Amino acid sequence: MLQFPKWKIALVLLVALWGGVWATPNLLSRDTTDRMPSWWQPVSLGLDLQGGSYLLLEVDTAYVKREHLSAMVETLRATLRKEKVRYSELGISGLDSVKVRISDEAERERVRAELRKLDPEAQFEAGEGGLFTFTYPTPVMAKRINQAVDQSIGIVRRRVDELGTREPSIQRQGVDRIIVQLPGVKNPEHIKSLLGKTAKLTFHLVDDTTTPDEAVRGRVPSGSMLLPSVEQERGLPSHYVVKKRVEVGGDMLTDAQPTFRDGRPVVSFRFSVAGGKRFADTTSAASGKLLAIVLDDKVISAPRINEPILGGAGEISGSFSVQGAQDLALLLRAGALPAPLVVLEERTVGPDLGADSIQAGAVASGVGLLLVVVFMVVIYGTLGALANVALVLNLVILLALMSVLGATLTLPGIAGIVLTMGMAVDANVLIYERMREEQRSGRSIISTIQVSFERAFGTILDANLTTLAAAALLFQFGSGPVRGFAVTLSLGLLTSMFTAIMVTRLMVATWVRLRRPKTLPL
Amino acid sequence: MSFYANLIARTPKFDFVGKRIPAFFLTAALIIGTFVSIATKGFNFGIDFAGGILVEVQKVEGPADMAHMRDVLGNLGLGEVSLQQFGESGRDVMVRVQKQDGDEKAQMAALAKVKETLGGGYEYRRVEIVGPKVGDELKRDGALAVGLSVLAIAAYVWFRFEWQFGVGALIATFHDVILTFGFFSLTGMEFNLTSVAAILTIAGYSINDTVVIYDRVRENLRKYKTLSLSELLNQSVNETLARTFLTVATVFLTVIALLLLGGEVLHGFAASLLWGLVVGTFSSMYVAIPVLIYFNLRVGKEREEEEAASQAAP
Repeated sequence: MLQFPKWKIALVLLVALWGGVWATPNLLSRDTTDRMPSWWQPVSLGLDLQGGSYLLLEVDTAYVKREHLSAMVETLRATLRKEKVRYSELGISGLDSVKVRISDEAERERVRAELRKLDPEAQFEAGEGGLFTFTYPTPVMAKRINQAVDQSIGIVRRRVDELGTREPSIQRQGVDRIIVQLPGVKNPEHIKSLLGKTAKLTFHLVDDTTTPDEAVRGRVPSGSMLLPSVEQERGLPSHYVVKKRVEVGGDMLTDAQPTFRDGRPVVSFRFSVAGGKRFADTTSAASGKLLAIVLDDKVISAPRINEPILGGAGEISGSFSVQGAQDLALLLRAGALPAPLVVLEERTVGPDLGADSIQAGAVASGVGLLLVVVFMVVIYGTLGALANVALVLNLVILLALMSVLGATLTLPGIAGIVLTMGMAVDANVLIYERMREEQRSGRSIISTIQVSFERAFGTILDANLTTLAAAALLFQFGSGPVRGFAVTLSLGLLTSMFTAIMVTRLMVATWVRLRRPKTLPL
Repeated sequence: MSFYANLIARTPKFDFVGKRIPAFFLTAALIIGTFVSIATKGFNFGIDFAGGILVEVQKVEGPADMAHMRDVLGNLGLGEVSLQQFGESGRDVMVRVQKQDGDEKAQMAALAKVKETLGGGYEYRRVEIVGPKVGDELKRDGALAVGLSVLAIAAYVWFRFEWQFGVGALIATFHDVILTFGFFSLTGMEFNLTSVAAILTIAGYSINDTVVIYDRVRENLRKYKTLSLSELLNQSVNETLARTFLTVATVFLTVIALLLLGGEVLHGFAASLLWGLVVGTFSSMYVAIPVLIYFNLRVGKEREEEEAASQAAP
């Protein structure tokens, strides 16, 4: 029993060595570890420890649906006008369908086939009195929402990247949520305001057949709409009446940069080839008219078209601050969100508090470790010291495992480590108490050690697996820092089973072989 | 001989099972107390569950002027705003703003108002906003985690032992969870996500303790065929008493370290763990064990064995 197979000894030594190597970066300063290879790094710290901002965003899926249905309405309108068909009741009906009535039977039959082809994904139905409905089945809508969320994630990433934050993490959560984690960000207000803008840019011709005052009183010509100005500046109109038709959209921009014109901040932009051509056509045809630049349904400005703009580039001037021009350029470069984002949850920890938490956690861990170590020596003497070696090794392996698995250490995670120390020696206590009993019943020292380890093993396994079950559920249902607690507690339990059973056994056996005591000092 | 060996030279002979009636009354009183407290006082839900805004600020220079802060923040029309000064320098203040009516945007607007009102003289050490939607989800997830883990624990014990042990574990774990809820309600300590972690840790710790004793009961059931059940249960608890004491002691030491040195965030967590340590240890000896008597552990087991024997005979 005192002789261990060579492979077991080798395994324990190898694991100890492996743990030592992978845990080492955690003891080094940040400057040192920054220069080390990416596979040899300390445990990554949660935002609650390193400081930073966590944002949980939700894509407005109702908006995605509505937008989608409105687009269908516009397509229908355009088609029916082109075909010169008289229609009524065109609009969105309910949450997932669009309807239109074509009373004249001859006209109805003429366009029926064409309407049916407009959107093959919609269910096309012809009802009483020439009422056509296009209904979108749930899976089709779900697919479109999914696309919108994917697209949003891409745009959020581009906006965040443009701001140059350090190692941001952007992940999808569930159907319509996005988690944005920004390490080192102290004040996320600016980022939040940027993410809160849809940034849909469109160019419309101003409707000069009426005046804004007239429209405010409720008389808006069909095909036009009344939009407010971004900023109510003196001497400029507070509203504009613009044509609904989009001349060119922001999706055709290839670049936008903040710059200055006559000492005032402006945003210069460049269109793609197709966009440039459309812009040239518009400005050629509508020379002398006003062109409204509309961002998120608000008019930034409406300059007069003095001459055709053929170069595919232009400038947006408005009452911008320098920051405002920079932000607008950034938003235009990153692209428009398919739907507005709502911030559901925000958690920001300043770097000072994070550092304080690390400090407090380190002190609590150190003192906790010291207390347990002293206690074990007082209670068990030499055997307690051996258990302490196993305990320290347990911590080393735990840290190494977390580094390798890429687990994140949070403040509750540190609590999990501290708690693990208390619970890890429990396995040793179980074994040693068993030894005391077995020795008292008159067994030889070798038989005592053997029987105790074997009998205690079942108990340790059952006791730890039940705790693991609780920790696993905490991981499943917990969020953020609390998950970190579940991770350290679970890993700590697993590593403690290895160190308490295998490592302690090896050490106790080696000690007995070298010292040859008559009885175990219990 | 070590210090400890001198202390406990023989296996103690306490009559745990004999004290089960007074223990039952104590437990019953505590549980009733818990329900009364929850019904009348409820919980002091943190923003994780209630939604709202939490801002931890530090005055850049000199101690924070609480009266002034209370005055300006109270007049914002944001509903209940509570301020709490902490730390030694008097510069740290925790500001809690109740959940705003309306949607997520209302919460963000309220935060902007608070920041604007306080101005530049403060360092923002922590800002947390939980909208109503997320608060409800976190509540549901927390309840699910606690409920499922109690069931998972019982199921595991059932699978590894007889069914009586499974029921015992279920009752004991339930007992611990309820009393920990009672602790939060009675002390008015903030109940948040970390509290859920604390409850699950307590459940895990307590079952750990219970399983060790159950394991010994199972072993003794095989070893001593003639001992009466209550004697056997008593002996099992006594034999494992030294271990129970030592493990409580080591965990206690680490939790004390967390409580005193772990900082503001972990303070409530550590305090509830301390309570859980007491409750969990008590329930292992006085709830999980006596329950076995009422479920006819021995009779059931012997009958099964007899049946097995008669079936094996030709």
